[in-house]
Amino acid sequence: MQNHILDYLNTIVETKADKVAYSDGTESLTFGQVYRQSRGIGTALFDRGLRKRPILVFMSKSPQEIAAFFGVVAGGCFYVPVDEEMPGGRIQLIMDNVRAPLMICDRTTIGKAKEFSLKGTEPVLYDELAKREPDDEALRRIYRSALDTDPVYLVFTSGSTGIPKGVAACHRSVIDYIEQLSEVMGFDENTVFGNQTPLYVDACLKEIYPTVKFGATTYLIPRKCFSLPAMLVEYLNRWKINTICWVVSALTMVSAFGTFESVKPKYLHTIAFGSEVFPIRQFRRWREALPEADFVNLYGPTEATGMCCYYRVDREFEEGETIPVGKPFPNREILLLTGDGREAADGEEGEICVRGSSLALGYYNDPERTAAAFVQNPLNTAYPERIYRTGDIGKRNERGELLFVSRKDSQIKHMGHRIELGEIEVNAAMVPDVHMAACIYDPDRAKILLFYTGELSEAELTGRLKERLPRYMLPNRTVRLAQMPLTPNGKTDRMALRGMGAQKNKRKD
Amino acid sequence: MDELLEILEELHPDVDFETEEHLIENMILDSFDIVTLIAEIGEVFGVTVTAQYITPQNFNSAKALWALIEKLEEEE
Repeated sequence: MQNHILDYLNTIVETKADKVAYSDGTESLTFGQVYRQSRGIGTALFDRGLRKRPILVFMSKSPQEIAAFFGVVAGGCFYVPVDEEMPGGRIQLIMDNVRAPLMICDRTTIGKAKEFSLKGTEPVLYDELAKREPDDEALRRIYRSALDTDPVYLVFTSGSTGIPKGVAACHRSVIDYIEQLSEVMGFDENTVFGNQTPLYVDACLKEIYPTVKFGATTYLIPRKCFSLPAMLVEYLNRWKINTICWVVSALTMVSAFGTFESVKPKYLHTIAFGSEVFPIRQFRRWREALPEADFVNLYGPTEATGMCCYYRVDREFEEGETIPVGKPFPNREILLLTGDGREAADGEEGEICVRGSSLALGYYNDPERTAAAFVQNPLNTAYPERIYRTGDIGKRNERGELLFVSRKDSQIKHMGHRIELGEIEVNAAMVPDVHMAACIYDPDRAKILLFYTGELSEAELTGRLKERLPRYMLPNRTVRLAQMPLTPNGKTDRMALRGMGAQKNKRKD
Repeated sequence: MDELLEILEELHPDVDFETEEHLIENMILDSFDIVTLIAEIGEVFGVTVTAQYITPQNFNSAKALWALIEKLEEEE
């Protein structure tokens, strides 16, 4: 029985050592190279006496970054990916939370790494670690002492208090997810993945681990391609990419501009999408361009490790209809819980809650927020059983399929990313000379609007926010107000802000 | 041209669009910006920018983008 995620790599290297595992189109690593380099890194961690510690990986998106992940796990530690595109302020918050002994960098990031307030974290070059001669005996001992309940990684997600939350997931959760996902999606050794999602979110598990499980290949598509739809399709064709799991906004970018009239994906047969509602008109264009392909909607919170539910499109959808979230993968269950703690009746709305081995361990160094979201199953009073409350409201349709309805709070999905509007507000309010800040989201135009009062100009505030927030969290429009509208009991009047947002748009039309 | 600069500045108030010539290469404009930009160009100038025109050459500077809009206006 498999208890360790490295079993995938250790097995595949015996038969496919020379096949390309990960490539960005320029640089590639074979399974043999991933294996060798990761064992060098694992041994280097052993040399330093590091066990069961978080190790930051601060590299540009590359095949080496993935090998670093495996290396950290080979050394009996767990990886914490941060990204060269993340603003420094956010990386510092993550560093302060995890207090990692080591930060694995590449030549483009090491300079930046040294500018952080390190407090005991040592920046070190990937190449230095990877070239270490592997100590087989030490690595074997580390491997044997690992349990499937030990963490594999921490990934950070938006937190409404302004502090991101680090979700820790263990071997068992990752293995459970990869096994179920691979079976449902039909991945095999001929799968050629085209990765879109960043390596610092759990969405990239979909490509990284099935690649080593089957000896498939993953191309890390350069981010620039996602702004240039025709070039993106040519990239897919050039590398014979047949499977993609992208956020909806990346897919609509291609279909919205008539790309398929000049160039079509030639090898693509499996298209998974998620994180957002797929506008039916755009979805139909994809189906018309690729009538033989499989289209699968995926849904799941980071706290339940990757994706939880899937729906393989098996019928036509009218404009205005929603593609269902579908049903859970095997070995996990969705509970729809009403406000009074019972299961929702058919057609009744309830909070989507998850139970099963895929549940993450919790939020790192954050027992309070962990206890609020990972709770005892209220339907079971007989023994301890954790469920994760997603905060998503859902219901079941007459076919028994799960539908996403809305959010309980002010969390939004924007460009495929999960964002707490509160985090943007807190960060804006922390900028000197900003008095008040409030954020609203316009889902129809997919725009984040930030209203604020203070002495700063709109351009100055935008510049300051770029130092603190990742790009996808930056407001699409920043509006300075002389006075923040307030409700009679003194709270920010979001209805009034919505009205102002609509007014702003109208002025342009 | 002024109207185009206004649209661009609203997207990124902190960028000097009159001098910047690598909007795509330096990833100043990301995919979200491109989508917004094309929608607004459609509204303001009444031209449709299709995938074949979404290239670094046409989007790397405000000047190049303005040349594209003028070209598309002529064709329509």
